[in-house]
Formats: sequence, structure tokens, C-alpha cells
Amino acid sequence: MASQEILREEPSRGSFVNDPRIRSLFFQTLVVVLLFGSIWWIVQNVIDNLQRLHIASGFGFLKGRAGFDISDTPIAYTSDSTYGRAIVVGLINTIIVAVAGIITATIIGFIIGIGRLSQNWLIQKICTVYVEIFRNIPPLLVIFFWYSGVLAVLPAPRDSYHLPFGSFLNQRGFYFPRPVWGDGSWLILVALVVGIAMSWFVARRARQRQMATGQQFPVFWTSAALIVGLPLLAYVLSGFPLSFDLPKQSTFNLTGGFQVKPEFLSLYLALSCYTAAFIAEIVRAGIRGVSKGQTEAAAALGLRSGSILRLVVVPQAMRIVIPPLTSQYLNLTKNSSLAIAIGYPDLTATAGTVLNQTGQAVEGVLIMMIAYLILSLVTSAVMNVVNARMALVER
Amino acid sequence: MQEHDMSWVRTEMALAQPAPASVSGPIAWVRRNLIGSVGDTILTILGILLVAWILPQVISWAFINAQWTGPDRTVCATVAQGGIQPDGWSGACWAFVNAKFGQFMFGTYPVEERWRPILVAILFVVLLVPMLMPRVPRKGLNAILLFLVLPIVSFFLLVGGIFGLPHVETSRWGGLLITLSLSFVGIAVSLPLGTVLALGRRSKMPIIKMLCVIFIEAVRGIPLITVLFFVSVMLPLFLPAGVTFDKYLRALIGVSLFAAAYMAEVVRGGLQAIPKGQYEGADSLGLGYWQKMGLIVLPQALKLVIPGIVNTFIGMFKDTSLVLIISMFDLLGIVKQNFSDANWATAQTAKSGLVFAAFVFWLFCFGMSRYSMYTERRLDTGYKR
Repeated sequence: MASQEILREEPSRGSFVNDPRIRSLFFQTLVVVLLFGSIWWIVQNVIDNLQRLHIASGFGFLKGRAGFDISDTPIAYTSDSTYGRAIVVGLINTIIVAVAGIITATIIGFIIGIGRLSQNWLIQKICTVYVEIFRNIPPLLVIFFWYSGVLAVLPAPRDSYHLPFGSFLNQRGFYFPRPVWGDGSWLILVALVVGIAMSWFVARRARQRQMATGQQFPVFWTSAALIVGLPLLAYVLSGFPLSFDLPKQSTFNLTGGFQVKPEFLSLYLALSCYTAAFIAEIVRAGIRGVSKGQTEAAAALGLRSGSILRLVVVPQAMRIVIPPLTSQYLNLTKNSSLAIAIGYPDLTATAGTVLNQTGQAVEGVLIMMIAYLILSLVTSAVMNVVNARMALVER
Repeated sequence: MQEHDMSWVRTEMALAQPAPASVSGPIAWVRRNLIGSVGDTILTILGILLVAWILPQVISWAFINAQWTGPDRTVCATVAQGGIQPDGWSGACWAFVNAKFGQFMFGTYPVEERWRPILVAILFVVLLVPMLMPRVPRKGLNAILLFLVLPIVSFFLLVGGIFGLPHVETSRWGGLLITLSLSFVGIAVSLPLGTVLALGRRSKMPIIKMLCVIFIEAVRGIPLITVLFFVSVMLPLFLPAGVTFDKYLRALIGVSLFAAAYMAEVVRGGLQAIPKGQYEGADSLGLGYWQKMGLIVLPQALKLVIPGIVNTFIGMFKDTSLVLIISMFDLLGIVKQNFSDANWATAQTAKSGLVFAAFVFWLFCFGMSRYSMYTERRLDTGYKR
């Protein structure tokens, strides 16, 4: 006892300058003081500057009349709408282009990534060339290339390209038939929802039965029949309520149909092509990360090559693929802000216009930052759920 | 008895036969790599069709039908568009790139002063090349010259105003000059800053850790354009009235801070990969924090994450093209600005200019990625399983 007390009483410390705890306390206090000092200085300057420029701070400006037009409006918007609504329109446009881009980039990326691992020399080289080209040029350049290099030199509406299904392609964008839903078309939607719910249920039951008895059930074909068949049945029963508004060619322009503007088209294509190159590399790394023994063991169990891929290789590759894939999705969402360079009204563009018109720089930048942060967090959250389902379940 | 012995022993080796044609040689290669199975054959045919469709178009556009020299748009326009080419002609307008080459490189830097950026470029190459070659000695001196002396010398050379050099405002800089100088300074600033941020994030001091985490996550969560907006719109508000910042300097701050946040995450990955025994070993030797990090941990950690660091460099090099948004004209910006030159406006101008810019960007990025692969192999002294 006594010796312990002696030890406790006489900790041989050097001078207090060398005490890690005191040093850490000192440095942290110093940092906090410096930080608050500079924040105070900045805030003072901002208040001074805003007063000098006669700008009122606060978010009241969001209720003011916007007074500018937006070319792509997914929700009702006129120049008489408020600034707040303009920013919401921009946010929705960002989400539309990001979601469309993510889906397309994933599809192209997986195809190219698997192609790079192909046994086929030619396919492998083509995919490598694709990846090496798109990985090494700036996304903004790809956007400009689609916008001014490809889409802007398409023919005028008078000589548009005729594409299948009554769609047209010209300088002013891509036109395709717009579905017009008549009376009773809600039945089709209900049938679709019912079909999806039923196929989910069937898949669950089939899995339980296979676990219990080993009997298999053709889940894929049943689900396909349910998801396609039920809406078709509803379509027939409700008396063919669906018709199409076809784009018609007149002397100077196309009327009717649904128009996809070149700004959206070039942004969407560029982001998809660019991000696909990165996704391809991730997919390649993921598949190569599954050791060869896994494939061979599956083959030794007597699985066919399709089943090996579906049941053994892909689930393990997905574990490696999903975290970097998430960060590519986030990058794509952030890169969609390049829209401003070609005039697609995304969040950065509309918020930037609002910022310039009102002079509310602090609030404008704050709104942009928070909106992108929320988008990023939502994407990460969704991908984390997917990741958790894919993750290795250990004992 | 001996004469009737039927046993026979070969005394010399049999000559090696060439491998059968079915396992080596070009035919076997084609069989194995192109037409191994029915699916493979279909893919090969599709691939050949794709190449046969794209390649001739690209070659005839870029080389055969291309116009290399010419005074104005007429050489690149068809007769219907007021030029000399036959209708339906499609070829690259390298004449446009040729005529604007000086602008693409230096922006509107005064023509009689252009020897200054050229001199800086030569100095840069002279210092960079020995730096990149592992065999050349005196890396320390070289690094000091490259990362400390060169920026200062270049600053005075490019901006001027002393030693009788006329002053050139940064608003007159442009083209590749801006792209390269922004990314060089960005690289030189973001690597040390990112390392400090990464160390801060793994620090035991809670406040410093929290500040680093907030900075890194906030910057990584928003697009570079927003950061550039922030520095170009908000920095002037942050400073006392009358103090103004050069636009070039603002872009430099934005790009460096942005890259530093990404760099911090890369370096953190390296720090986490170092086994705990290394930290403890350094502690037991009695090293202080900075000695431990500088002598033991960081050299190993940075070596591990070279690919990530170079990827960040490549990303930053590509991202410098975004300064276009705050109306500065880097290589891409100045190419785009020249599309609207009425003297050169044809259907081919935009495509040619963009392909040229893409080629320049590609050359730098591809070079960087290849060099990083080479370094990775050279420094691969363990850890690889």
C-alpha cells in the first residue's frame, strides 16, 4: 500500500511545459481564441459591407417576385412566382438530371467494366480506350462537346432526323410522343402497384419454400407476368384510355410531343459518359477482388456459369463496389452543377441568378451549400442501406 | 551375348518440335481471344463493326479532310455557308487552332512579353524533369527550388512591375498559363494543407479534431462551383471595405481549399493503414509528436496513398476548368470564348477547338496517371500481398 501511495504522490514530471495535457489545453484554447477572433472580425466586416451596400440580411427575400424566366420547369412557375419557388424549381431540376445520370452511368459503367475483364481481346481494348479517354478529360469539356460540338450542329427543325416511334432529333432537342392519359387510366397505375406488390410477395414465399423444401419456383417469369400483365389487363378493361400526342413537323418548328431540350440532353449525356468511366474502373476492381478460388469452388459444386456469376461472384463483388460507387454518385450530383455553363437551370444556376438579382450573397450561398449537403446525405443514406444489406453477415 | 542386347539408351536430346498451331502462334491467339465461343464470335463481330464504323470517320475528320492552315473561316466552311469546301464536307478546322494558338496558351498576355511565361515554363520543365527521375541526386535541393524558389521567381516574372519588367495584370492571363499555374500552386498548397488537416482529424485534441472534421466534410459535400461562388462573392464581403482581392488569387484560394479537403481524406486513409506498432515504436523511442509523424508515420503513410494523391491531382487539374464559371479564361474557357469569333464561326470550329483542348488535358492527366503507376511500382517495398 505504502509503496503505491509513494508512487502516486511523486509522478516524476518534468516542467509543466512538457505536460501533454497542459500543452493540448493551451493549443486548443489558442485555436479557439484565434477562430472566434477571426469570425468576429469577419462578421463585423460583413455587417459593415452589407450596411454600406444597403442589403438587408435574412431570408425575407425568398418571398419576393422573381421576375426571371426558367426554361425547364417541372413544376408550375412563371416570372411572377417567388424567389423561393425559383430555387425549388432549380433543386428539382438538379434531382432530375442527377437521378437520370446515375441510372444511365451505372448501366454504361457496368457494361464497360465487365467488358474490360472480357476474354475477348477486341472488346477489352475498346472498353479500355473508352475509360482512358473519359477519365482524363474534364467533365465540363465533355458537356461542351455534346452541347456545341454535337447537338448544336444538328439540322434545323425543318430537316430533323426521323427516329423510330415518331420521335425527332434536331437542334432544339429530342422530341418524342407524349402519352395522354384518358379517363380510367388510374386503373393502370393501381394494377401496376398491385403487380409489384404481388410479385414481391411471390418472391418471398418462393424463397421461404425453397429454404424449407428445396423446391424452386420460377420467380422471374411470374413477376414479369404480374408486372406487365396486370396493367395490360387493366388497360384493356378500362377501354384503352391511353393515347399519344405525336410531335408534328411544321415549316419552322415541331409542335406537340414532349421536348427534351439540348441543355438537359448534353448535361445528362456528358455526366453519364464521364461518370461511367469511373464506375467501370470500380466494377472491374470489384470483380477482380473476388478471388478465383470462389469461382472454382462454385464450379466444383456443379453450378452453371450464369449461376456462378449471379450467386457467388456478384454478391461478393458488390461489397467491394458499393462504397466507391456511392462516392461516384455523389460526384455526379455535384458535377450536375456544371449545368450553369450551358444554361440548364439547375440549383446552382437559379440560386446564382437569385443571388445576383437580390445581392443576398450570404443567404444564397448558404442555401446552395445546405441543399447540396442534404442531397449528399440522402444519397449516402440510401447507399448505406444498400451496403448494409450487401455486407458480410458474420457469425 | 552382348551383341543381342536390345536395350537402347538415347545419348543426345531429341530436337524440340515447335508447339502445335492450335496452342501458339497468331491463329491460336485469334482462336483463344476472338472466336473462343459463339458468344465471343458475336461480340468480336459487333466490335469490328463498331470500330469500322467509328475509326474511318474519326481519321477522315481529324486528318484526311482536316484544314491545317488558313486565314479565316472560309477554309472551314462549305460553299453554302460561304466558304470554299464542297457541300457535305466534314473535317477538323485545325486552321482555327493554329491561328488562335498563342491565345490558347497565354490568353491576352501582351505579345511582346510572352517570353516571360515561356521562360517560366522552361524553368519549370528544367526543375521538374530531374525531380521526376529517381536516379538524379539532390532531391532536397531540387524540391526547394521547385516548390519554394520557382513560385516566387515565377510570380515576379509573370506579374512584373520590378526590375524594369512591365506590369501585367492577372486579368490578362489566360489559356494554358492559367490552367497550369492554378493547378501547380493548388498542388503545392493542397498537399501540405491536406496533410495537416488529416493529422488534425486524427488528433486527440477534441476541438481541433472537430474543426477539421467540419471543414473537410463541409467542403467535400458541396460542388467546386459553389466553393468558387463562395470565394468570388463572399470573400470581398468578409474583408474590410476597400480591401480587394485579385480574382486570380480568389480562384487560387478556392481551388486549393477544395483540393485540400479531398487530399486530407486520402492522407487519412494512409495514416489509418499504418499499424499501431509503428506509432508505439516511435513513442517508445521518445520521439515527440512532430518527430513521430514526420520521421516515422508520414513517410510510410504518404507512400501508401500515392495513387490516391495523384488521382486528387488529376481531379484538380481537370477542375481548374471550372474557373470559367467565375469568368476567368483557362484553356477550356478561352477555347470556348473563341467560338464566338465571327471570323472563325463555322459548324466545325467548336468541335475542333474542343478536341484540341481535350487532347491537351488528356495528355497531362494521362501522363500523371502513368507516372503514378511507375512510382507505385518503384516504391512498392512491402505491404503488397
